Amino acid sequence: MPYISNTERDRQKILKAIGVNKFEDLLTAIPEKLRMKSPLALSQPLSELEINKNIKAKTDKNIPCEVVNSFLGGGVYDHFIPAAVDAIVSRPEFCTAYTPYQAEVSQGTLQYIFEYQTMICELTGREIANAGMYDGASAIAEAILMAVRKNHLTKAILPATLNPNYVKVVKAYTEGNGIELLIAPEKDGLTDLSALENMLNDTIGSVIIQTPNFYGNIEDAKAFDTIVHKNPNCLLIACVDPISLAIFMPPAEYNADIAVGEGQVFGNNMYFGGPLFGFFATRPEMARLMPGRIVGGTIDKDGNKAYVLTLQAREQHIRRAKATSNICSNESLCTLSAVVYLCLLGKEGLIEVATQSAQKAHYTANELCKIPGLALTYPNAYFFKEFVLKTPKKAEEIIKALVPGNIYAGIDLAPLGKPDELMIAVTEKKSKAEIDSFVQAMQEVVK
Amino acid sequence: MSKTIFEHSTPGRKGVVLPEREIDIPLATMFSETMLRTKKARLPEVSELDTMRHYITLSHKNHFIEKGLYPLGSCTMKYNPKLHETLVRHPSFTSLHPYQPEETLQGALELMYELQKDLAEIAGMAGVTLQPAAGAQGEFTGIKIIAAYHKVKGNTHKDTIIIPDSAHGTNPASCSLVGYKTVELASNKEGRCDIAKLRELVNDQTAGIMITNPNTLGLFETQIEEIADIIHSVDALMYMDGANLNALLGIVQPGKIGFDLMHFNLHKTFATPHGGGGPGSGPVAVSEKLLPFLPVPVVTKDEKGYHLSSENELTSIGKVHTFYGNFAVLVRAYIYIKMLGAEGLRRVSENAILNANYLMQCLGEYYHIEHQEPCMHEFVMDGTWQKKNYGITTLDIAKRLLDKGFHSPTIYFPLIIPEAMMVEPTETESLESLDAFAAAMREIALECKDNPELVKNAPLTTPVKRVDDARAVKMLEPVFPLAD
Ligand SMILES: Cc1ncc(COP(=O)(O)O)c(C=O)c1O
Repeated sequence: MPYISNTERDRQKILKAIGVNKFEDLLTAIPEKLRMKSPLALSQPLSELEINKNIKAKTDKNIPCEVVNSFLGGGVYDHFIPAAVDAIVSRPEFCTAYTPYQAEVSQGTLQYIFEYQTMICELTGREIANAGMYDGASAIAEAILMAVRKNHLTKAILPATLNPNYVKVVKAYTEGNGIELLIAPEKDGLTDLSALENMLNDTIGSVIIQTPNFYGNIEDAKAFDTIVHKNPNCLLIACVDPISLAIFMPPAEYNADIAVGEGQVFGNNMYFGGPLFGFFATRPEMARLMPGRIVGGTIDKDGNKAYVLTLQAREQHIRRAKATSNICSNESLCTLSAVVYLCLLGKEGLIEVATQSAQKAHYTANELCKIPGLALTYPNAYFFKEFVLKTPKKAEEIIKALVPGNIYAGIDLAPLGKPDELMIAVTEKKSKAEIDSFVQAMQEVVK
Repeated sequence: MSKTIFEHSTPGRKGVVLPEREIDIPLATMFSETMLRTKKARLPEVSELDTMRHYITLSHKNHFIEKGLYPLGSCTMKYNPKLHETLVRHPSFTSLHPYQPEETLQGALELMYELQKDLAEIAGMAGVTLQPAAGAQGEFTGIKIIAAYHKVKGNTHKDTIIIPDSAHGTNPASCSLVGYKTVELASNKEGRCDIAKLRELVNDQTAGIMITNPNTLGLFETQIEEIADIIHSVDALMYMDGANLNALLGIVQPGKIGFDLMHFNLHKTFATPHGGGGPGSGPVAVSEKLLPFLPVPVVTKDEKGYHLSSENELTSIGKVHTFYGNFAVLVRAYIYIKMLGAEGLRRVSENAILNANYLMQCLGEYYHIEHQEPCMHEFVMDGTWQKKNYGITTLDIAKRLLDKGFHSPTIYFPLIIPEAMMVEPTETESLESLDAFAAAMREIALECKDNPELVKNAPLTTPVKRVDDARAVKMLEPVFPLAD
């Protein structure tokens, strides 16, 4: 039997040591009639050799982005991942450890989390970060809940330009606690700032800004700051693409009180959308209101530097029903990917990733717009690495037509009531030749 | 002590180099100056070798499964097969985007569909969502489903979930997140839910109960049918925290003994690595009547193939994850179930139970054990004898165990056992490794008597000595102070 060490002889030895005759004698606490009478209806067990074939039959039926020319984004992006990232995260020392509750034998995990927190703070400009959330979506939800703990104001404003999946998750996380979500309307691909200004009053507890927003457009963050902070109690929650932070103003500079976002882009494979991880940073005065784990520096008994999980009195295992969050296991190994990625890219490399992604996206947009019938939906908005294209026929048809030529053209915005709009993401991974062949194919298909 | 990676930084050093710019549009052309960062983020400047050395050095400071026994109760630290790690790294998994056209995802969807089916069978329930990213998010999802059920039934007065006092902290925290009040149900002398007290607590306000079965004392809730009758009599629902499912595979199907819904921890029962605290995965199984409330999308199958279906959008609780859950974890659990099959999974639980009972037998003489009866896959002993006789706490014992090359059990949990040590050896440990652990625990019991200072000063051989966690709280230091 795979992965079980006990032989029949061991089994007998164990039974004898315990002082029972057969295994079933250990099940006396389970009433006979509650026990299964026949085995589980599962397929026949497979050997290692057979499971390899079983998995191959599955992988053969997928056509991954790697073998096509993909322009998909919408929350998960295909950025380059250096080989050394996997060399570290596949180490069993990191991969098969538990949450670092016993600090003395978990300094490896604790120190990388400490370094991760430092990097997140450096990128966002905020002073304290936690060890990570499940994903960007739940990080926003947790930020709204934390804002309520801070100011006891139970209304939050979400922009209509927020990733629609995030809206769904935020709704699921907040509706049970009497939190009212208001939507600030969109205008020309950006948040309608005058509408936002009109919505604000002293009952609003938090306002979310996503920048770049779901459509890839860069919001006027400084204007958000001015509008939102007119009310001194209202918190500004910024959801940002962390790669963009290499070149864009950090959220702390526009006084975002909480900075969150999706961290997958930092060295994590797309894996069909999971695992992801959310980052979460805020002001030091809210440290004790934060969700999730936090690692802090300290010393050991001999006075040597050491790291440990800290401020645990906020957490579910101590505070139970009154905890700041229910999160226990998070996405630790994904944050290790992020740390190693950020080391390998480094100070200049991350700027290069952000710059080349933006350049290639702008080149793609420029070239596509030369094709008669295609135009930017939001020509007046600045965008980072993703943009929306107005198409002369249904985006769905365009996407379908390009699949046989091994192109994933982008995301169909029909579910948002925009059937003639195609959302296109470009990262530094695309070569000019790949972009040109995509443009060529688009030209054919919209003819 | 290891320097931080920031202290290894040397200006101009690089780990990887990106291709030359083929397209060079100035930033000023693309963006307005007011949007841009004025000061570069102080990320490290290190070579690939610097990076490798640093993190390999850190890795040596961890305890991990391949190094030694990891008997954390209710955490199920079993061996994580290497085959999973190889197979999951196929580009047809790593490089799949969630918005790809459905026809290019058929293998992934088929795998998820089969996993949904297999988990439903293991649970003895009707349907499964794979979306929750961990056990606690599974709980949250499950309690949301309970709330949705009551809303549809017009049970608007139901505002309370009952939780036994032996429950894990995530249980009440998840209920709060959904907006439920929680009341604590006391355990009886036998370490089970106290039925008389349960009758007192249950009323029209009761929305459900969350039971970990076997519970965190490692004991099966023998009167589960009676509990289910009491709960169902007020149209409340039975939720099972499946953290301890490693005891029940092929022995009991929760859906057949009164539970309406449950979550799995794939990172416990189904051998996916814990990752130093995640990523895990917490799928939720539900009975027939709760199917309409599952998060969207679920994977369905028809003559044309597999689909991400949002058909139940209107009744669904919505979404708990940006996409479809932790797919890479699902792949590993799928492989595990396919390799073991029905017989293998039952063997897992049998050996988990055998190993736990063996250790309990070996240690009962040296440490107090409150509940003297065969355990399931884990048991709780405690340090009350050592505390009373020698002033040695469970924390001291746990730290001394680190010196002997083992991880400590889960300590001070469940809360109802003073000085608790919750031991779960798992089925993947051999008899020799159980014997070695038992020997270490016996040695410590003797040291408590003969050399108590040694135990109180432990650990002595670990990468750092006992860590000052009070100082970490008082002098909060959440980041490294970067130099300009
Ligand atoms: C009994 C029990 N329930 C729930 C959980 C929470 O699971 P997770 O860490 O996957 O969120 C745990 C994990 O420690 C547990 O032991």
